Amino acid sequence: MSDLVSKQQAAVTLAGDPFSPTRDPHHGHPPHLAHHFETPEQQYSSAKVGMWVFLATELLMFGGLFCAYSVYRHNHPEVFEFAHHYLDRSLGAINTIVLITSSLTMAWGVRCAQLGQRRGLVLCLVLTLIGGAGFMTIKTIEYHHKYVEHVWFGAGNRYSKHYQGPSINEGPFGGHQSESALRMTEGERQEAAADKEMMAPTTQPTESFGPAFVDPNAGTPDESKIKPTQVIPAGLSTRVRPEVGEEVRYEDLPQFEKDRVSTFFNIYFLMTGLHGIHVLVGMGLITWILVRGARGAFGPLYYTPVDLVGLYWHLVDLIWIFLFPLLYLIH
Amino acid sequence: MSDETIEPSSVAAAPGEDHAGHVHVVPPWLLLAVFAALLVLTFVTVAITHFDFGRTVNVWVALGIAVAKATLVALFFMHLKWDSPFNGLVCVTAMFFVALFIGITLLDSKETAVNFQPPPVPAARPAE
Amino acid sequence: MSAITPPAHGIGLPVEREPSPPRGDNYLTHSRGILSWLFSLDHKRIGIMYLVGVLTAFLIGGIFALLLRTELLTPGPTFNSNKAEAWTFYNHCFTLHGAVMVFLFVIPAIPAVLGNFVLPIMLGAKDVAFPRLNLGSFWCWIGGAIFFTYVLLGGILNASFGWHLPGGYGLDTGWTFYTPYSTGQGPHAHSTDGTIAALLGVFILGFSSILTGVNFIASIHMLRPKGMGWFRMPLMLWALYATSVIQILATPVLAITGLLLLAERVIGVGIFDPAIGGDPVLYQHFFWFYSHPAVYIMILPAMGVISEVISTHSRKHVFGYNFIAYSSIAIALLSFLVWGHHMFVSGQSPLANAIFSLLTFSVAVPSAIKVFNWVSTMYRGDIRFTTAMVCAMCFIVMFTFGGLTGLFLGALSNNIHVTGTYFIVAHFHYVMVGSVLFAFLAGLYHWWPKMFGRMTDLAWGNAGALTLLVGFNLTFMPQFIMGAKGMPRRYATYPVEFQGYHVVSTIGAYVMAIGLFTIAFNLLHALLKGEKAPANPWGANTLEWHCPSPPPHDNFPVEPVAGDPYDLKSWQWDEATKQWVLDEQRARTVAGTEPTVHHH
Repeated sequence: MSDLVSKQQAAVTLAGDPFSPTRDPHHGHPPHLAHHFETPEQQYSSAKVGMWVFLATELLMFGGLFCAYSVYRHNHPEVFEFAHHYLDRSLGAINTIVLITSSLTMAWGVRCAQLGQRRGLVLCLVLTLIGGAGFMTIKTIEYHHKYVEHVWFGAGNRYSKHYQGPSINEGPFGGHQSESALRMTEGERQEAAADKEMMAPTTQPTESFGPAFVDPNAGTPDESKIKPTQVIPAGLSTRVRPEVGEEVRYEDLPQFEKDRVSTFFNIYFLMTGLHGIHVLVGMGLITWILVRGARGAFGPLYYTPVDLVGLYWHLVDLIWIFLFPLLYLIH
Repeated sequence: MSDETIEPSSVAAAPGEDHAGHVHVVPPWLLLAVFAALLVLTFVTVAITHFDFGRTVNVWVALGIAVAKATLVALFFMHLKWDSPFNGLVCVTAMFFVALFIGITLLDSKETAVNFQPPPVPAARPAE
Repeated sequence: MSAITPPAHGIGLPVEREPSPPRGDNYLTHSRGILSWLFSLDHKRIGIMYLVGVLTAFLIGGIFALLLRTELLTPGPTFNSNKAEAWTFYNHCFTLHGAVMVFLFVIPAIPAVLGNFVLPIMLGAKDVAFPRLNLGSFWCWIGGAIFFTYVLLGGILNASFGWHLPGGYGLDTGWTFYTPYSTGQGPHAHSTDGTIAALLGVFILGFSSILTGVNFIASIHMLRPKGMGWFRMPLMLWALYATSVIQILATPVLAITGLLLLAERVIGVGIFDPAIGGDPVLYQHFFWFYSHPAVYIMILPAMGVISEVISTHSRKHVFGYNFIAYSSIAIALLSFLVWGHHMFVSGQSPLANAIFSLLTFSVAVPSAIKVFNWVSTMYRGDIRFTTAMVCAMCFIVMFTFGGLTGLFLGALSNNIHVTGTYFIVAHFHYVMVGSVLFAFLAGLYHWWPKMFGRMTDLAWGNAGALTLLVGFNLTFMPQFIMGAKGMPRRYATYPVEFQGYHVVSTIGAYVMAIGLFTIAFNLLHALLKGEKAPANPWGANTLEWHCPSPPPHDNFPVEPVAGDPYDLKSWQWDEATKQWVLDEQRARTVAGTEPTVHHH
């Protein structure tokens, strides 16, 4: 492999034609110029175009999650208004500020690289890394709260029909549920008791609904696990819309909306999870340019990697700018 | 390790090149001003939740502030203001297609959703 | 510095000449050893490696096409007397055939093989903008392809021989991964377990597609040579640009769709699966937001190839250059507005159906513009019936069939009648096989001399192409009729009255196979024993014909100056040397008199 590389470099040297009429004779052969570019400017602009096009794919990918979010929020606004109370608004706001600050230090870092200020670049990148780490720490704290409150994703969510965690009344409780969340537990208990009384004798797996509706537990039918739902004709909404400004309470939600509460948490975890992965990747990239920057690899003639990593980091910030109000500030 | 500062102007315009300005250094005051504006907008977007304009308007207000913040980040932190217009076009196009995707999907989301409510458990069937 | 004139220096008329590379040194002989190929950053070598990979995938997909057509010879089980096993086998077969053909053959065939090979040379550049990303894209493709094929083949081996490959659970959802098949927990739980692995494969393949798109967009923007403004680009480049735009904007949505499905299967998040609170129609929106534009990822580069081939082999300047260029972009943008026409019977609102139907009809406009312009290019041209040209003509006819039946399907009332029948199957095969495959072959025959420096045998090539044409129509024409009569797709069994059509269709499939093997032997024969190809065997004027065949490692020692890519009159046939010779005076005039557009 290594002699292959040297061969290729040899080819590059051969091709770096100093007598080419299209190349500025005063330029010589800049060390970072790849053989297929004419000028460093062309190389730099190409890298920027490539990066922006890549960022467009990131936007579209997150766009899919925003689409899922929009559809479920559009169809079940009360569910979102109720469930978002589980998110800690102040932690979200602090995280927003942390991320914006790290964006500032990143932008400043690019400036330092452009000006050849090695020490400034290192300082800025370290601050940015600290910002990223701080963001992930707060995110972890939030996730932990969700976990102990049993509003985890999938079957770890107390509102899921397939909830498999400990009974809510016995489980450990974090101190973060809002007033309405507390009220909800009481309501849910009554609801469940009423349902049990009403439906228990006739409950059975619903084969007649086709594979789409087969309960995943159907393989081992455990009738106690199947939570009956209210019998309402599909399409006829029985929802009671709360007045403007009124808090949505769990017990006011019709049954088919209660079944959707866990969807909010699923979407929350998908969106913040994918975003968190991007933060981690960004931190890895920043570490990489930090090492190179500390060795003095960047200066006014060559700072493309710093610029590109900066773009990536700002995009991560930009996505969080949308996630914060959409998830934490529903009202 | 000395902090030597090289003037970008000596780099930006290589002789014979018409690419002058591909190095654009953002002045510190501008970075700080954008940062301050972002902080203010973050405060506004939180504070505004104490006022209820109705379900739809609330969402649009929150989105409007987010778009304003995103625009600040894109224009100044991401250098789009001084960058090739094509890069800005890429960004706007991506946003447009996201909006298109969400918009058209939303248009119809109510139509089919009712069919996929979790099924009611059938009440006691008459003995057959 | 000795000024040796390269064999074909083209319009590129540099002030000083570079020393030409050592005699006989080209990209094939530049360095030796398998590693020098596997880790090559040379776009030409990457293109050739893609060619090998894509053709292997085509072979696998083709074998399973024959198997499933054979299963359909009789209304009952054909291979296996046990019905349940036969049906499982069939379900896995059509899924493998569809998924491998779509994800591993049709999508990458033209952009990744022909695009990688010719795009930088057409630009007069030494390579694509990001050679390392290009190699990364290839490795993503290989990784994804091996993974994906393993899982799918594993399922079939399991179903037919009871061999259990570790992790090879197979897939029987169809290539669309529709929920709730792909999230199913019931009797299919075992077989759909392959979904997770297959989705990972698709996710990796998506990266490959995205990286190619990023590379092509940056290359076309930044590497165009002097004299090549946007409207001096070969139409192939316009087509590849439009394709890349779609790859960039659509593929990420496939990625997130795959991730969401994975999240459903692995951690029980309910977005699409109704059993855990999801909406399966939302899946269809997500899937078709990618997969409808993906149809144009397949057909647009094919149209680019056809524009090059038709003009060159008709010895005539392409007719309506601007219209063909703009129509590529128009198709790319419209492709994002019509995905709902896959969902007419999914319970969409009548309003959305009407809008999607209308927009679907509007795609016919730019498509028809292209067809009319190709036909006008041929009109009164000096048509040479080379194999490339024969394939291109087959393309035009087959694409017209495919396109027009697409309009039948876009019409709401008719669509509801034929949705989910063989009519759909026949329609998209006319577009994906009748059109894209013929265009791919046209491109291969057109650029084969450039790729390997060897000419193909005309008679055998044409015989293969015509056999393929006959076989193709035998296979799919009866399917239109069956579909209109109500034969549903994706079933291993059918009422006896359909058997006649199915038998003809199966015979057609075997005729296609004969045609394809003829073509394969024809190409291989050229590779081993073909006549040596000159730099410009067709007298074409795009830049790749200005460099030797096969091209040297760096394509052009000096960046050439581009002229009008379709000014075929600047090449004259010299009867004495039996070669096309460049009229330098004319080339200079064409390149010089036209206003030079700066590309920055």
